[in-house]
Amino acid sequence: MDCSFALSRMLQYPALVRATSVGLLLVLWIAAAGLTADASVLPQPWALWAPFAEASASGALPYHLGMTLWRVVCAFVPAMAIGAAIGFLMGRMPAVDQWLDPWLVVFLNLPALVLIVLCYLWIGLNETAAIIAVVLNKVPNVATILREGARALDPNLAAMAGVYRMRQWARLRHVILPQLAPFIAGAARSGIAVIWKIVLVVEFLGRSSGIGFQIHFYFQLFDVAMVLVYALSFIGVMLLVEALILQPSERRVRRWRTA
Amino acid sequence: MITVDVRRKAFGGEEVLSDIRFEMEAGETIAILGPSGIGKSTLLRLIAGIDRAFEGEIIRPEKIAMVFQEPVLLPWRSVVENLTLVHPGLGTQAALSALERMGIADKARLFPGQLSLGQQRRLALARAFAGRPDLLVMDEPYVSLDPATAEEMLALTETLIAEAGPAVILVTHSDAEAHRLTRRRLRLDGRPATIARDLTIGPAAVIPEMHHDRA
Repeated sequence: MDCSFALSRMLQYPALVRATSVGLLLVLWIAAAGLTADASVLPQPWALWAPFAEASASGALPYHLGMTLWRVVCAFVPAMAIGAAIGFLMGRMPAVDQWLDPWLVVFLNLPALVLIVLCYLWIGLNETAAIIAVVLNKVPNVATILREGARALDPNLAAMAGVYRMRQWARLRHVILPQLAPFIAGAARSGIAVIWKIVLVVEFLGRSSGIGFQIHFYFQLFDVAMVLVYALSFIGVMLLVEALILQPSERRVRRWRTA
Repeated sequence: MITVDVRRKAFGGEEVLSDIRFEMEAGETIAILGPSGIGKSTLLRLIAGIDRAFEGEIIRPEKIAMVFQEPVLLPWRSVVENLTLVHPGLGTQAALSALERMGIADKARLFPGQLSLGQQRRLALARAFAGRPDLLVMDEPYVSLDPATAEEMLALTETLIAEAGPAVILVTHSDAEAHRLTRRRLRLDGRPATIARDLTIGPAAVIPEMHHDRA
């Protein structure tokens, strides 16, 4: 009873709950590592520090981290732009929606792996194929979300902008985009999470740089510690992107709701 | 100055408006009356140019303003930006004095959601007059307000119309509103709706001189 009371009281302090939750995961890891008692299967968390420091010092970790991050950016920007444009057109024009919807269903249900393999086979084992594969994986998703946003646009605001003859650019920037902002933010959020995972698969299968390539390399050496070092480093970077870029920009566009 | 000639307006197969013709002078004020569901708002949307799918021709001035049933503001932009973004020719100073006029100058930096409904209406009214419109179109502008606020808004609107002298087309159910804001009545009736009666009460235009006692 006391325990459940304490747990529910902790909910008043979300940061504390999050920290405790992460701490529990760490305890689980330490316990599991203690039980297996074999560093080649699951090393203790602190045993990762030395390989991490070494990989950082040698420049290998920053280089591969940078390559993966670069590919994420290269895929994210066009995926968002193309997906948003297609989704917007589908949401506004029923004819476009009817024609493109079956395509969307096909691409949404095509496994990422299939697209990646086909891109490599058709375009070749190069950077273009890698980026295109990731973009093609993400576009349908963004389009689906933005289509909902475009359908939900307020007709009264459109009428207002029309009567007062607002210029096209002003209309887009001050009337349409703010209405789409929550959908764009949602697509960007889920987009970035999915894209970096697909980038890793792309690198795993056919690139000679990046986190995915390094994981492939250490997988062949059965080096669990290095696999974990690379994976955790990139998770760390993505959490930073989330906290420093995505969340603040979302807060900024949501300011009017909370004011 | 304004010529409305709607030969036919239909939604799907159902004809809503038929043979509606009238002309307006500059500064003339018209109330469009009729039972609800007859197509008054539809006609208004044709005149304002929001809906362009109809048979006929409407000649309207360049500068039109519209007051909707709801305030229809940009909730994500500040109160003063709601004026300056819609009317780029209007400077911040002019926008602020327009807000001053409405008694909401102290709210300029807030978001519309932080205003009361009455204050949002004032902002919508400020926006309508800020563009110095030649034609002001109002679609049951005060239908959802309590009597005191409605009266306050009506008085404000009356003054602004008298000063700026735009042509006014008002759709309303309220005889009091029609009486205070307009001189000419168009009654729609029938199915499809057409003009059943066109009646002018008093001078065709509100003459600004009549209100000199306010200056």
